Amino acid sequence: MNSQKKLGSRAFDVANLIALAALVFVTIYPLYYIGIVSISDGTAVNRGDVRLLPVDPTFEAYLTVFRNKDIWRAYSNTIIYTVAGTLINLFFSSLCAYPLSRKDFYGRSVFTFIIALTMFLSGGMIPLYIVVRKLRLIDTMWALVLPGAVNTFNMIIMRTFFQGIPASLHESARIDGANDIRVLRSIVLPLSMPIMATMTLFYAVQHWNSFFNALIYLNTKAKYPVQIMLRNIVVASEFADQQADIGSVSTNFNVVAQNYKYAVIMITVLPIICAYPFLQKHFAKGAMIGAIKG
Amino acid sequence: MLFGPDVGMKLRRSGYLYLIFALPFIYYLVFHYAPMYGILIAFQKYNIVKGIGGSKWVGFLHFGRFLSDPYFWKLVRNTLLLNIYNLAISFPAPIVLALLLNEVRSNGVKRFVQSVSYLPHFISTVVVCGMVVNFLASDGPIYGLIAGFGGKPSNFLLDPRWFRTIYVVSDVWQTIGWNSIVYFAALCTIDQELYEAALMDGAGRFSLVRHITLPGIMPTISIMLILALGKLMTIGFEKIILLYNGSTYETADVISTYVYRRGLLGADFSYATAVGLFQSVIGLVLLATANKAAKAVGETGLW
Repeated sequence: MNSQKKLGSRAFDVANLIALAALVFVTIYPLYYIGIVSISDGTAVNRGDVRLLPVDPTFEAYLTVFRNKDIWRAYSNTIIYTVAGTLINLFFSSLCAYPLSRKDFYGRSVFTFIIALTMFLSGGMIPLYIVVRKLRLIDTMWALVLPGAVNTFNMIIMRTFFQGIPASLHESARIDGANDIRVLRSIVLPLSMPIMATMTLFYAVQHWNSFFNALIYLNTKAKYPVQIMLRNIVVASEFADQQADIGSVSTNFNVVAQNYKYAVIMITVLPIICAYPFLQKHFAKGAMIGAIKG
Repeated sequence: MLFGPDVGMKLRRSGYLYLIFALPFIYYLVFHYAPMYGILIAFQKYNIVKGIGGSKWVGFLHFGRFLSDPYFWKLVRNTLLLNIYNLAISFPAPIVLALLLNEVRSNGVKRFVQSVSYLPHFISTVVVCGMVVNFLASDGPIYGLIAGFGGKPSNFLLDPRWFRTIYVVSDVWQTIGWNSIVYFAALCTIDQELYEAALMDGAGRFSLVRHITLPGIMPTISIMLILALGKLMTIGFEKIILLYNGSTYETADVISTYVYRRGLLGADFSYATAVGLFQSVIGLVLLATANKAAKAVGETGLW
């Protein structure tokens, strides 16, 4: 009986590892596949020869991408939006989180309620659009960075972290004559670098990946971020192709298009994939704090 | 004491804190509370130049129009079905992953699988949809693979029957790892002595999971389920916008995408706001019901 149990247990371990290995494969392979197609020869890609390794490696697709001025511009737009947006997020979130972390902040529970309520109630897409429009932010960078200046969930994680800083530190600083703005700047923030780093990552990735706000708030092509370019090149064009196939219109540029598209995908995910192994610990830690306290 | 005699002193002591808090507070008023006030246009024939004060009130006209529209039922059906299918698969998947990983003895393997599984969370929706459409296109690898095995692949992207499957599978791919973090956190809080005691009593691995691990993470599962039910009407909007097209509206068009098309592309602000409000109200009712149900069966609720 006992040995049977052990055998069953071992069999489970093996099956479990196989299942997890399959998950790892399914997660990594699509990204890997995009990578190898993007540096393979277009004809080989079209024949379906590219499976595990790049075939006739060439950087032609990337050179075509880099020759496209629109993509360069979109790329620099994304960098600007990400940096500006993240700075605004950090600034607003910490200004919001600090008073709420202080037990002696008069009106704290009322303000917390007013803010927490927005996690469940919202005006919806159209009323928010009208507010942004009335503020004359349409077709400006501000429409992308101001409406989401504080992510309430992230702000609560930050507040929880601030609460962990011993109150005696604030008090002794105040006795020495420092006001709360000084306390925040020279005591709380320097002690909160781990959470600030995590928040920077969360917000920056969010800005880097965001496309919907740009879709509804921006009209000028020169202001598009890279995700919008990506949508136009990779998603929208593919649907056009599919519909063309049905109408049996032949599309000859497909040979180039395929690895070109994958190269465009690569240049937008590469910064994240490269940074990921070094940063994932911080990401997970931030989510853990949120999970336990939230 | 909110209005005790020492209010003045308390206010003064918090003076600088109010100064710090002013900016974010204005932010919440402008970008959260002003849009809530803007919901009023759902009951108006809103004219953006005249504003809310100057526009004509029409009562529940837009709601009536929406409810009597034959398209209404299709939207509700699509919204609910897509989200229910997604909930049925995407919700338990991270729990299963957390439980499986919890059984792995090697910490190195555990950490590696975790790290890999979080990665898709950081890939943008546009890229995920880009991969989906390119892999499934008639010149893509999945299409080729099926044809290679002698199957007859359908035109996945234009066939309404495939939309929900594509949506759910890609959602699991993107969220399974990241959403399992909460459950890992919950697993860490289970008292190890419980396991030792059960092992002494001769419990097998399966019964350990059933009688200790699962009950241990049940409060977390319950809260996550309530939250998921509350979002039942709203999730997945961005992905649908990217993945659907005229030929898949039959199954893919949901309330929020309809709001987007009518409101922003069609500039029919009042009607779209009314439809959006209808959706949020149902969402809130679902959230409250789920919360009540969870408490009724003795689990932790949100409030």
